[in-house]
Amino acid sequence: MTLDAKIPSGSIDQKWTKYKNSVRLVNPANKRNIDVIVVGTGLAGASAAASLAEMGYKVKALCFQDSPRRAHSIAAQGGINAAKNYMNDGDSTYRLFYDTIKGGDYRSREANVHRLAEVSANIIDQCVAQGVPFARDYGGLLDNRSFGGTQVSRTFYAKGQTGQQLLLGAYSAMSRQVGKGNIQLLNRHEMLDLVIVDGKARGIIARNMVTGELERHSAHAVALCTGGYGNVFFLSTNAMGSNVTAGWRAHRRGALFANPCFTQIHPTCIPVSGDHQSKLTLMSESLRNDGRIWVPKFKEDAEAIRAKKLRPNDLPEERRDYYLERRYPAFGNLVPRDIASRAAKERCDEGFGVNSTGEAVYLDFSAAIVRYGKAEANVKGLHNVTDAEILKLGKKVVEAKYGNLFQMYEQIVDENPYETPMMIYPAVHYTMGGLWVDYELMTTIPGCYACGEANFSDHGANRLGASALMQGLADGYFVLPYTIGNYLADEIKTGSIPTNTPEFDEAENNVRKQLEGFFTNGGTKPVDYYHKKLGKIIWDKCGMARNEEGLKWAITEIKKIREDFYKNVRVPGSMKGMNPELEKAARVADFIELGELMCLDALNRNESCGGHFREEYQTPDGEALRDDENYMYVAAWQFTGNPSEPNLIKEDLIYENIKVSARSYK
Amino acid sequence: MNLTLKVWRQKSTSEQGKLVEYKVSEISEDMSFLEMMDVLNYKLIESGDDPVAFDHDCREGICGMCSMFINGEAHGPNRGVTTCQLHMRSFKDGDTIYIEPWRSAAFPVIKDLMVDRSAFDRVQQAGGFISVNTSGRTLDANAIPVPKEDADKSFDAATCIGCGACVATCPNGSAMLFVSAKVSQYALLPQGQVERKERVLNMVKKMDEEGFGNCSNIGACEVQCPKNISLDNIARMNREYLMASIKPEN
Amino acid sequence: MASAIFKSSLTKKFWMALTGIFLISFLVVHCAINATIFFNDGGKTFNVWAHFMGTNIIIRTMEIVLFAGLLLHVIDGLILYFQNRKARPVKYAYEKSSASSTWYSRSMALLGTLILLFLILHMYHFWFKTRITHLDVTNHVMMIDGLEYENLYAQMQLVFSNLIVVIVYVLGCISLFWHLLHGFKSAFQSLGFNHLKYKNAIAFVGDAFSVIIPAIFAAMPLAFYLKFIQ
Repeated sequence: MTLDAKIPSGSIDQKWTKYKNSVRLVNPANKRNIDVIVVGTGLAGASAAASLAEMGYKVKALCFQDSPRRAHSIAAQGGINAAKNYMNDGDSTYRLFYDTIKGGDYRSREANVHRLAEVSANIIDQCVAQGVPFARDYGGLLDNRSFGGTQVSRTFYAKGQTGQQLLLGAYSAMSRQVGKGNIQLLNRHEMLDLVIVDGKARGIIARNMVTGELERHSAHAVALCTGGYGNVFFLSTNAMGSNVTAGWRAHRRGALFANPCFTQIHPTCIPVSGDHQSKLTLMSESLRNDGRIWVPKFKEDAEAIRAKKLRPNDLPEERRDYYLERRYPAFGNLVPRDIASRAAKERCDEGFGVNSTGEAVYLDFSAAIVRYGKAEANVKGLHNVTDAEILKLGKKVVEAKYGNLFQMYEQIVDENPYETPMMIYPAVHYTMGGLWVDYELMTTIPGCYACGEANFSDHGANRLGASALMQGLADGYFVLPYTIGNYLADEIKTGSIPTNTPEFDEAENNVRKQLEGFFTNGGTKPVDYYHKKLGKIIWDKCGMARNEEGLKWAITEIKKIREDFYKNVRVPGSMKGMNPELEKAARVADFIELGELMCLDALNRNESCGGHFREEYQTPDGEALRDDENYMYVAAWQFTGNPSEPNLIKEDLIYENIKVSARSYK
Repeated sequence: MNLTLKVWRQKSTSEQGKLVEYKVSEISEDMSFLEMMDVLNYKLIESGDDPVAFDHDCREGICGMCSMFINGEAHGPNRGVTTCQLHMRSFKDGDTIYIEPWRSAAFPVIKDLMVDRSAFDRVQQAGGFISVNTSGRTLDANAIPVPKEDADKSFDAATCIGCGACVATCPNGSAMLFVSAKVSQYALLPQGQVERKERVLNMVKKMDEEGFGNCSNIGACEVQCPKNISLDNIARMNREYLMASIKPEN
Repeated sequence: MASAIFKSSLTKKFWMALTGIFLISFLVVHCAINATIFFNDGGKTFNVWAHFMGTNIIIRTMEIVLFAGLLLHVIDGLILYFQNRKARPVKYAYEKSSASSTWYSRSMALLGTLILLFLILHMYHFWFKTRITHLDVTNHVMMIDGLEYENLYAQMQLVFSNLIVVIVYVLGCISLFWHLLHGFKSAFQSLGFNHLKYKNAIAFVGDAFSVIIPAIFAAMPLAFYLKFIQ
């Protein structure tokens, strides 16, 4: 099998225009006879469902939550990038394209990324037209802020709730189509298998989570917009329900899974506090606009802080180590996520960590509070203000920018971040890997598409901040609605697809067999037992740093977990009715198989790039060392029936518009 | 700490439910309320019982899925937080905690503490949007300046997470806070003006059809709202509705 | 008519608010006229004004509107009450309502019912006796400046000589106080007037009104019973 990414010819800035001009169309009368299933209702899914329904297709939209509005895109905090250059700081489509490729450590596909940069500006226009209340300045125009890995301000935001506002915008567009009857909404439904007829995706098997029934849904195309698989780590910033099941079941049916080991560890999350923890909470990257990251310069101070004998505020400036500013003077605290995370790990591993577990660094706003306080005093024409008044004014400004994040922090940690520096530590956040898709976002199964975080396409080995929202909406609003027509143009004569066929029978039986197996195995251990065990192995061996020995060990351990899981897991209740443990069991079964593939992929990639850091491959000063000669390719894995023996198929990455060089943020 | 829980158990919508008492021990103060529920469920599964079904997803206070009535209050005793953000340090060793589902005719119980809030979706479908198709050819985002104050107020209304605490806590089971937040978000923006009247009329109509109660300005919703959505939004919706009823055409 | 009034939950609230504000305005007039008893002039001023109110054609017409308004307020209130009960068919086993709202805002129907019961008694004492039958007092006519006036003042003296009646009237006024304390502000909120700019002003006026008017009303039976006025 060879992979054809179907990249249009021509110069990079003309590929998408040319494609759109020549892509086949489906006329309105025919669209009415074509069914499309969209699985997932996050930014990618909701925007795709809304756009496809507006165009006239008959859409079914599934989400496992009680409402499409709950999808985890809602939790994205900091912002969304767009090459608008409203700030007049030299931004352009090319710069956004360049920053994204470089940020991804030269492991993403040029044509897809350029298209993303091109449509980024349309996203902002579209969202504003929908009534998304972005932050504005006093002139009534949109405000921007900076994110890591860039030297311009191109991030649009709505306080610390940008994802919420964007998702609710897409949800409102989708609701409009549901109201019109163009979308059939299937909430509390989970896709459990993909049905393939004559080599084409023709429908899905879904479980109605309220009644427990298995349902058959047929369609001419299926779009998987199901997000990332960060929950394979058990502890991540993902929602509890986020899962890989839809994507994994498609993978088992023939869709290739690309770069599974490329996972993003986000540098600024609230540190783990104990074994009881069920998830981790992100503190937006936007905080690095104003917060300075540091640890004590001397070990004795770090020890005193850990023993609670010393308060961070009492440590004088000269005894602090602002290690990002020290190591990366050009980008300072705004280096890309993978670099910031590794630097935090490096300091903590060296014994400079500041919480009781030794796995935390400070994110300090005191300088920003003073700076804003002084500016505010100037604006208000106040003279002879006391330091206390400056602090008060400054805290107000910081509250207006990040209030909800500070409140979240205080709820969890029980400390006031306006008074003492925040403690943060890296945590699993995003997965760059995903289903392999071509330029049209189609997987290797004809008629089966993957959009948003569920595909692998745009972020290479590391995603820049505020680019996930951009990609999700770009795929859903502006890419899939065009590219899907190219495939569906051949389907206008197909007519409605029956579900009483052997293919649907086989798929439903397949699902039923798996689910029923959970009740008849006589097991004793809750699903979470396995999930935690799996997560710990992957975090330790396939997390921020990996090495050959650890990965090999992990692979054998995961195999054991897989065998033990099916024998000894206990799922109470029955197939009938609401059964959250059954849902979890089916998801964890897939996570176990995926976890093994992640380790295999990490083991295969004998280089360090972006979020994939192999300890054997690093520069003398501890930076990632790529091997472009041997690994400048997308590793796409094919399921063979045995999760331990997947086939590796390579898509070579060709850079025609960007000079590939060592990534430097110094 | 050790706690006594009185949890509402109900097998399905059609069956009768009742409060069942459970004991949990070794609960850490740093646990979130839902992590405490995880401990209970882990124990129930190990002992072969049916775990308590409850809605939850993001566990960081933004998705709006968690929905428990804890000790007589929506999302528990703390203000401005959801159940998932509530931590056990808000309770004392030996406490008895009542945990019930949202109670509303419009939110039937699905199982245990899970309720069906799709009525909110249907209200939104009736008009909670601006009719703009995806095109990439809309106006430039900066073509219409929006006064910062309006944009900020619109944002504040838009931060509603649709959890339903307002309905759960309102003695009348009214959904006014939820609906008015959506109406306000659009009424405050220039983009929302074209459909302004139609929107409020349709959304209120749907709200009534779904079986929510009538607002009598008790104000409990505002107090219990995890996102501090203001009653001013309800006043604004009343205004919008009045104007739209008097002169429905634009 | 009924369909327009009760079209939606919001129109029901508007009518509740409008009739409420109308009844509030009636309270002002009623209170002002009755307060003339505090001139302590043996009821002269009061009887003159009572005569005017009883005979003026505009006032008499408004009386019909007042009854209609009251009826609408009561019916609308009852509809709201029963619909709201239906909106929560299963009650909470444990509900800590006091944490988020005042008891009187939750008890408007109860307070309204108490006020209604009081009103029936009140109307029997005065309105019924002047309009339908005749006053209970023997000196039912008072001569002022050579003209005959019905002596409603004497009727008040008689009615308020009974301690139980006085207590019932004071309780009625207390119910009115609580009802107004929520109702006044609530009416403005329902009509959408509760804008940020004048929210505090409305709240202040509402609170002051709810205290002052029922206090003056309550002072009347007390003043008669305790013979502060003759």
